[in-house]
Amino acid sequence: MSDFLSAPYVLEYTYTRSTGPVIARFLESLRYGVLEGVKTADGRVLCPPLEYDEAGTATTGEFVQLRPAGTVKSWTWVPKPRKGHPLDRPFAFALIQIDGTDNAMVHLVDAEKPKRMKTGMRVRVRWAEERNGTIRDIACFEPVLPYLPGPVHLQYDVRPGQHYTAFLKGLEEGKLIGGCDPQSGKVYVPPRAADPVTGDPTSEYVEVADTGVLTTFTIIRIPFEGQKLKPPYCFGAIVLDGADMPIYHLISGVPYDQIRMGMRVKAKWKPREQWETSLENILYFEPTGEPDAPFESYEEHL
Amino acid sequence: MRNVAIVSFAQLPSVRVSHATDEAELVQPVTSQAMNQVGINQDDIGFTCSGSTDYLPGRPFSFVAAVDGLKAWPPIRESHVEMDGAFALYEAWVRLLHGDIDTALVFSFGKCSLAPVPDVLNLQNDPYYVQPLGLDSISAAALQAQALIDSGKATERDFAEVAVRNRKNALANPNAQIKGNFSVDELLKEPYLSSPLRKSFCPPLSDSAAAIVLAAGDAAKKLTKRPAWIRGIDHRTEPHSLGQRDLTSSPSAKLAAEKAGVGDGKVDLAELHAPFAHQELILREALGLADDVSINPSGGALAANSLMTAGLIRFGEAASHVLAGKADRAVAHTTNGVCLQHNLIAVLEGE
Repeated sequence: MSDFLSAPYVLEYTYTRSTGPVIARFLESLRYGVLEGVKTADGRVLCPPLEYDEAGTATTGEFVQLRPAGTVKSWTWVPKPRKGHPLDRPFAFALIQIDGTDNAMVHLVDAEKPKRMKTGMRVRVRWAEERNGTIRDIACFEPVLPYLPGPVHLQYDVRPGQHYTAFLKGLEEGKLIGGCDPQSGKVYVPPRAADPVTGDPTSEYVEVADTGVLTTFTIIRIPFEGQKLKPPYCFGAIVLDGADMPIYHLISGVPYDQIRMGMRVKAKWKPREQWETSLENILYFEPTGEPDAPFESYEEHL
Repeated sequence: MRNVAIVSFAQLPSVRVSHATDEAELVQPVTSQAMNQVGINQDDIGFTCSGSTDYLPGRPFSFVAAVDGLKAWPPIRESHVEMDGAFALYEAWVRLLHGDIDTALVFSFGKCSLAPVPDVLNLQNDPYYVQPLGLDSISAAALQAQALIDSGKATERDFAEVAVRNRKNALANPNAQIKGNFSVDELLKEPYLSSPLRKSFCPPLSDSAAAIVLAAGDAAKKLTKRPAWIRGIDHRTEPHSLGQRDLTSSPSAKLAAEKAGVGDGKVDLAELHAPFAHQELILREALGLADDVSINPSGGALAANSLMTAGLIRFGEAASHVLAGKADRAVAHTTNGVCLQHNLIAVLEGE
């Protein structure tokens, strides 16, 4: 026989379960966001509550309210949740000893990544938004972290000053403006108050080209707080033709493994109608296709 | 007390999917083979007992249909446990102690290929507190494995070594499903299914069936030259709730081993039913097995794991060594429930 028959088949039972006085009381309290344990005859507290302790002795029926927090006694990280799991993102199953109890509860910990899980860690209950008297009225537990959020938010003014204003005004018209010290003849982009070599004021403004030499670069592959671009991306130092100091900008329009020191590059400007008073008018620098600049020509700018 | 022995054992090779057979068709070849090997048939059997679970095929009372694989006319004395077949063997052993019959047929079958097994096994959990959380069998075992690591008793490398040895042993077992020479470092590169358990630290899913013939006293000696006498057998269970147990040890296996007399003599080999690699470490400690004991020469449940059958196969594999005169004293073990909740242990001896 080469052809075997096969067909899908679903098994479902619409059973209900009677709860009895101990479990019913516990589940009913969950509905109101209250976590309770039951006292055993020998004075221990069990949560979740049971009718009998492991020695077979009936528990007392006396309930105690508990802090909705506890300690992880063991855990397992589930990287790919299965269909029957309550969370659809990676999570941990854990045995959690609720504060003030002598047993442990099986539940979930929503910890985002396995690194955050540790035996002995503190967790607190995250209540479900809709509660209907089941163990899932506890949506899950979440890590209790030993720190507070401490955000700072202060409002300042930025006043770029005379030289930087000249630079920014230039950008509004698609020009790159540098400052020149007539004594040394050096051109700095953006302009600054003084030539850092002589200390004399850079009293003249000159326009430099939007082409130049890539002197050095780095490829960013790690994510960080506040990042605007998706890694990987390249950031480079460009000495514009006519300037004596590099500006820093993105390098693109070329495979990353072909980016090299000495590469000739040109600014890729935004469409004119989108120009603002900002260096962001330049999207990035891209290769011109000209031969590379010899190392000696930009060595002093490194 | 009457002496009772395993006189015959048969099994089907464990495979991932047995396309061609339903339950009765799995049962018929192994029960008839086990009886034929000692020259008897169903008419010679005083009591028949099986172990299986209806949740594997998803059909209530499927075990009743398995009787279709037997000769049940004229009507036979028959019983069933919703447990591994090894617990059916225990019931048959008890039945033989009555003294009115001399032989029993024990069998079990498990087709894991039909069901979402890790989810089915969630139905073993507490229906109020745990089942609604979907605690699958791998995650439950993983809670135990992590507790073992935290206790300092074992490392992930130890788990990998258990898996490597079992699957190497399985090379000599034509009925095993997963076998080969794997390296510990290779296994430690597998991704976690539920940490700290990787795929190779977990059992395969297998379709198989097995049967054993038990006989008492002189009847056993008539059926085979060298019966595997059940010198001691005992089973113990622990509380159901995982949160009330120390998962890093197995007091139930320890007590059952004491009662069965595991420590009363030199053990040549032990067939331990440890579906997850770390559970073998817990069981070795609980049974107090010496370092020179050959553990799972068959490859154990890490090499083939037909649910409800893998435990009976441990009894059959251990007995086979005694029956063949290759061992004088063997230990057979079977577990049931979540995280080794319930353990059955027997000591089998030649003359």
